[in-house]
Amino acid sequence: MLFTSYGFLGFTAALFLLYYLLPKRCQQPLLLGASCLFYLAAGPGYILYILTTALTVWFAGVRMGKNAVEASAWLKEHKEELSREERKAYKEGRKRVRRRWLAGCLLLNLGILAVVKYLNFIIANWNAVLTAAGRTGQLSFFALALPLGISFYTFQAVGYLVDVYRGTVEAEKSPLRFLLFISFFPQLIQGPISRYGDLGKTLYAPHGFDAKQVSFGLQRMLWGYFKKLVLADRILAAVMTVVGDVGTYQGAYAAVGMLFYTVQLYADFTGGIDVTIGLAQALGITVKENFVRPYFSKSLKEYWRRWHISMCSWFRDYLFYPISTSGAMQRFTKFTRKRLGDKIGRRLPVYLSSFVVWFSTGLWHGASWNFIVWGLLNYAVLMLSEELEPLYERFHKRFAVKGKLWYRLFQVGRTFLLVCVLNIFDCYATLGETVRAIGSVFTVRNWSVLWDGSLLKLGLTGLDYGILAGGCALMLGVSLVQRGGSVRERIHEKPYWARFVLWYGLFLAVLLMGAYGVGYDQSQFIYNRF
Amino acid sequence: MKTKQKTALRVLVSVLIVILSLALLQRLLMPKYVDGIVEGAFVAEYYKEVKDHDLLFVGDCEVYENFSPAVLWQDFGINSYIRGSAEQYIFQSYYLLEDAFRYETPKVVVFNIQSLQFSEAQSEAYNRMSLEGMRWSPTKVKAIFASMKEGEHFLDYLFPLLRYHTRWSQLESTDVEYLFKTKPVSFNGYYMRVDAKPAENVPKGKPLADYSFGDKAWEYLDKMVELCEKEGVELVLIKAPSLYPYWYPQWEEQMEEYAVQKGLPYINLLELQEETGIDYTTDTYDGGLHMNLSGAEKLSRWLGAWLMEHTSLTDRRAEPELSARWEEKLSAYEAEKERQYEFYGIEKP
Amino acid sequence: MEELLEILRDMHPDVDFETEEHLIDNGILDSLDIVSLISEISENFDVTITARDIVPENFNSAQALYDLVRRLEDEG
Repeated sequence: MLFTSYGFLGFTAALFLLYYLLPKRCQQPLLLGASCLFYLAAGPGYILYILTTALTVWFAGVRMGKNAVEASAWLKEHKEELSREERKAYKEGRKRVRRRWLAGCLLLNLGILAVVKYLNFIIANWNAVLTAAGRTGQLSFFALALPLGISFYTFQAVGYLVDVYRGTVEAEKSPLRFLLFISFFPQLIQGPISRYGDLGKTLYAPHGFDAKQVSFGLQRMLWGYFKKLVLADRILAAVMTVVGDVGTYQGAYAAVGMLFYTVQLYADFTGGIDVTIGLAQALGITVKENFVRPYFSKSLKEYWRRWHISMCSWFRDYLFYPISTSGAMQRFTKFTRKRLGDKIGRRLPVYLSSFVVWFSTGLWHGASWNFIVWGLLNYAVLMLSEELEPLYERFHKRFAVKGKLWYRLFQVGRTFLLVCVLNIFDCYATLGETVRAIGSVFTVRNWSVLWDGSLLKLGLTGLDYGILAGGCALMLGVSLVQRGGSVRERIHEKPYWARFVLWYGLFLAVLLMGAYGVGYDQSQFIYNRF
Repeated sequence: MKTKQKTALRVLVSVLIVILSLALLQRLLMPKYVDGIVEGAFVAEYYKEVKDHDLLFVGDCEVYENFSPAVLWQDFGINSYIRGSAEQYIFQSYYLLEDAFRYETPKVVVFNIQSLQFSEAQSEAYNRMSLEGMRWSPTKVKAIFASMKEGEHFLDYLFPLLRYHTRWSQLESTDVEYLFKTKPVSFNGYYMRVDAKPAENVPKGKPLADYSFGDKAWEYLDKMVELCEKEGVELVLIKAPSLYPYWYPQWEEQMEEYAVQKGLPYINLLELQEETGIDYTTDTYDGGLHMNLSGAEKLSRWLGAWLMEHTSLTDRRAEPELSARWEEKLSAYEAEKERQYEFYGIEKP
Repeated sequence: MEELLEILRDMHPDVDFETEEHLIDNGILDSLDIVSLISEISENFDVTITARDIVPENFNSAQALYDLVRRLEDEG
């Protein structure tokens, strides 16, 4: 069920009514039922995958939690009798058991993800290697369908499991409650990847009808639909045209394609997340923000703190820190510092861990070299700017431009362009095409297409461009205002009829300008396929 | 208490504004079909009639361009109406008939069997033209569900605003002019054309892989037969003399067999060129697909005579009220003829 | 405490670590800083900071970080 289908709207409306009309104790079972129904709508077989993950992770969590509680109780009881070393040894012993549960469960669930998502990719690469070596005996592919949202819910489950292992959250005792956490339908398709410690706070609590929360939630959904239907799905036509034929659309076209795709990606992904967070809010549930005006970032590093936050922080907390602070890495640091000096020795572990993280981030986005190269390019730029840090500092000492408005704008613009170029890697069919398109921006001189009317032949009319320009201006304006606090909160202070005109106007804009219905494909949210 | 009342009032007013403005918007954005493709307005026009017809036609362009109720009245005193629409699929014909039976029970129904060739709707646009004009009733709902292609939604029929939401950029002055009114676009369902374009080089039918009509098409023909039987209406099956789309001999065979089996009259007008006097150089306006006025009047004369002889239809010209109504219709009919002769620069025959 | 402040100042000379209480929230310390900080601390103090301890509450101020180190020392 796509967010933009009538089915989803009807489903949501029905859930909504029941949610607030039935007694509050029904809310939790209702949400779980709705989530399962939502999942079943995607294909009846898929639910086995999510049930497997939910049950195994829940069970391992319970066992780890029990183990930890027993261990600390035993220690408390025998505190006086034991020496410090003995206590330490006992703790280690119990921890080893927990670690076994953790490792086994991780192996199983990441294994499932690896098989359904990456097996064919691995086979394709293996076959390519065989061909290159002139050998026969190609492996055949498996017909595996990717279960809905598996990348998202697997990560969410793994995050929970590690949190229980670390003792930062208590293990969830009820399998049904845990299943709801994993399958909460508004975030099933495209995240965000919520933490149990965050989502759990409001997910299970009974919710009374809070008019302000409900209307704020619906307003947010409307804004999300505006971004998705009016902007993202409209500009999609031009992006598909440009990206679909790299031989024809080069130079300025390729540049336009990059810019458009960056707009589309933003409108599509943040719009979808707006729908998710808004829907949850209307149900009284708080889902953490996934974006903080990412295109206002002044550096790529900052961008990755503000874009797809739930995924980035997942990789940071569950991959980057564990690797970079592991005992082995610490020993490696000591070794390199001795051999290569303080400066390099200190950085090497970080760079190594970052490499792993960015490789995985790329791979997580999709089983293809496009994404891996995209991840590694991000890595390269980030590390390069880290290396150039002293140079920047010298520059800023010399010239007092830091903090000046025009310089800040320059930084934002520079970062935006960088992001445009990096993003396009997940757009073209192959890496070769991507490189060719980017190269053509510098070699093919056809800048006149920008004003001679050629842009009107990409699948967008003048009117479409007008709507897009207006919509982008609106998104920009909203982001600018948002820096000073919640936009909805501000509107909320206005008189009733002003609010009515504003929100009804936005509704009409979606209704009349949305790219839906006959003539438009129900283009899937870009993040569905990940 | 006071603030509560105020809030309730505000909500009420807001809801009213929303409903009214959306309704208005829907009216504005829906195509009006008052010029250009007027066929889109035919289905709705039926409801304006005084419903005591003795003869109803159902079918696609092969009925609404090929038969003239005006001639049937003038020459035989048959009070008839054509419930035709562009590319009307057989299930739509059935439901339009069922819909008409809610208002009246004619003596005779004539159905043109060309549409048996399609078991499923071929085009969303044609679905719209046949279905949107129907008044809401369980029949219309059934008609919609029988017609929808993959990717179509019932909701888009219930609220056509969803279907036409992008039409705001193509609005014309007629959309405002005919916001709350309509204008007559047919003559008892007949679409008049006086110009002529001879039939030349009519393409032969391409060989088909399978000549048998689809199950759904047969199912609805059966239903139509049953419905007429139940209502005590005589059903006459015809094949209009349109040269194209091609009418395959294999199709003819199936039809003849069916008519015999059900004991129904079946007339293939393609085979009666001599009797009807159709001349494909002067009687068609688009090279053999559809009849022009001359062709339609010839066909009507022949069919009227046949119906008077073989069915229970009677001459009603003696009824003063009905005659008065037809008098009005005939003068509009004549006026349109004059207008078109002038428009196409054709000598009046 | 002084030892800790020295490590911090060494990384960001321009930050007043004695008063700053939002080192993470304000983006002063990034993940790379944290990793080198942890390796410095494990050099100079006899503790191991693991990934589970890396939460903003422990790293937002020098004092919080100091408390963390003391706590880990105690737990041994």
